[in-house]
Amino acid sequence: MVDRMAKKKYLLVKCGQTLFTIFIVLTLNFFLFRVMPGDPARTLIHNPRISPEIIANLEKVFGLDKPLYMQYLYYLKNMITGNMGMSFAFRRPVADIIADKMGNTILLVGVATVLSIAIGIFIGVIAAYKRGSRIDIGALAFSLFMWAMPAFWLGIIMVIVFSIYFRAFPTSGITIPGYSHDSFFDLAKDVAHHMFLPTITLALVLLGEYFLIMRNTLIDVLTEDFIMTARAKGLSDARILQKHALKNALLPMVTIIAISLGFIVAGAIEVETVFSWPGLGRLIYESLRNRDYPILEGVFAIVSICVIIANFASDLLYAYIDPRVKT
Amino acid sequence: MKRERIELYKKKAKNTWNLYKASTMGMIGLFILISFIIVALFAPWLEPYDPYKIGEQKDIMKPPTREHLFGTDELGRDILSGVIIGSRVSLLVGLFATLISMVIGSIVGLLSGFYGKTIDAILMRITDIFLVIPFLPLMIVLAALLGPSLWNIIFVIGIDGWPSTARVVRSQVLSIKERQFILRLRALGASDYRIMMKHISPNIFSLIFANTILTIAVSILSEAVLSFLGLGDPLHISWGTQLHFAFESGAAGLGAYWYLLPPGIAIVLVVLGFTLMGYAFDEILNPKLRER
Repeated sequence: MVDRMAKKKYLLVKCGQTLFTIFIVLTLNFFLFRVMPGDPARTLIHNPRISPEIIANLEKVFGLDKPLYMQYLYYLKNMITGNMGMSFAFRRPVADIIADKMGNTILLVGVATVLSIAIGIFIGVIAAYKRGSRIDIGALAFSLFMWAMPAFWLGIIMVIVFSIYFRAFPTSGITIPGYSHDSFFDLAKDVAHHMFLPTITLALVLLGEYFLIMRNTLIDVLTEDFIMTARAKGLSDARILQKHALKNALLPMVTIIAISLGFIVAGAIEVETVFSWPGLGRLIYESLRNRDYPILEGVFAIVSICVIIANFASDLLYAYIDPRVKT
Repeated sequence: MKRERIELYKKKAKNTWNLYKASTMGMIGLFILISFIIVALFAPWLEPYDPYKIGEQKDIMKPPTREHLFGTDELGRDILSGVIIGSRVSLLVGLFATLISMVIGSIVGLLSGFYGKTIDAILMRITDIFLVIPFLPLMIVLAALLGPSLWNIIFVIGIDGWPSTARVVRSQVLSIKERQFILRLRALGASDYRIMMKHISPNIFSLIFANTILTIAVSILSEAVLSFLGLGDPLHISWGTQLHFAFESGAAGLGAYWYLLPPGIAIVLVVLGFTLMGYAFDEILNPKLRER
């Protein structure tokens, strides 16, 4: 009973912290884009090519004729109602554009993350178990090398090798342009073909970290007393690994995955840019090229909020699987 | 008194060096780093051509020849010369951005760990918020709004890197401030400032040293990514900007490996060098790891 109360309190505190963090990020976003040099809304208004009606509309939407604190309140109201302004380049609402691209990013990031976690844990277990062996050293060197490599550069190398040289995969996009697909299966096949290289690139970039963490925590766990006890009981190595060590080593992985979300986002931006994958990362790159600040502002807010919520989810999951968390 | 202290530091440094020498990883890292520092320092004498000089029509996007060992780019500039001068931007950004991160992170961590209570709660809340904001989007937004210049890039990367340092420093301060000698100093009436600067800082320095070197590696990678995305300083060639222009001019589609490989390999080598050194120092200065 007491335990449940404590958990409830923990939940409420975490919930409050998450909402506060989102509020701070939105505030930061507002001040960055309004107060910093090169204020995008104001630059747009001073642009002589833009018609007076649009300027009047913009002034109303952003409340530019009002004092700063009123503008800030307008902005918060707009964010809550999902009104993130109009894109300069696409001449469409920012929220619509983001909604269009979001699914593609989730598809790419989701598959790559699951793949890298699965492979990372698998190799990590083998390396920890056969510590100091050739497999262990090789995997360590590989992950170090991958860590030092910028994701965008790895992507470019993949394009040169697999798309240009071997002609095995397309260089960019998500489907063959202008091609109408007969069935869902046909479409899925086309998307999978386009997805292969970006997914592998992103998975390779993320792999090293998961491998290292898994290996090191498992090595820590394997040297603990209760493993010694299990060994003394005469349990087989496979059983010790499965029943005792793995369970304890997987626990920290939940937090590590949450911490690595920043790296996942960074990797996705780089990989999407190189492969012209029509997701949020590529959208950021295009908005930089077009000086399309409303898009940049919107994507920054959405991506940050997603990461903050994912962190919250990982806290909940951790509290759920680890009985020691009470406060 | 002062002389004794210098002698002590000398002895400590010698001990560390003796341990460091034994680490193969560390020595490889040091070798890579020294090579690149030499290249960066003597760049004007080492580069075969002016890296900014635009070539003639016939010299555009040419594969390696004897005149241009790494070939030329879409403007006919010599790529080898660009890679040589690019080492300056990478090392400069890496060092200065890390300096900013370390100064902010150390101050926040020191104050937070030393005073505790409300100050700690507020500072750590801010640190947590910074830690949870995805770092690359934040850097992109800041760099885009501040405009492309070398110092803006340094500032943007530096301002992004401090939270992890603050956390490391804070945890160290927390353990040191409860030790006997600090309690004695307090009893003797030493001021907070004096305790922090004279007695706590030197003790955490050796612990955050390895962290500092690893932060340089991260900062160099960040510079490469920002420049690749087109946020770099157009007036200075860096490996990231080279790759940006290579990508924009379709070098991958043309199979222009000579344009895409050298800057990327340079990034990997430098980052690898700092990372190897960081791990080597971590093993020496944080002896808990050594037992493993």
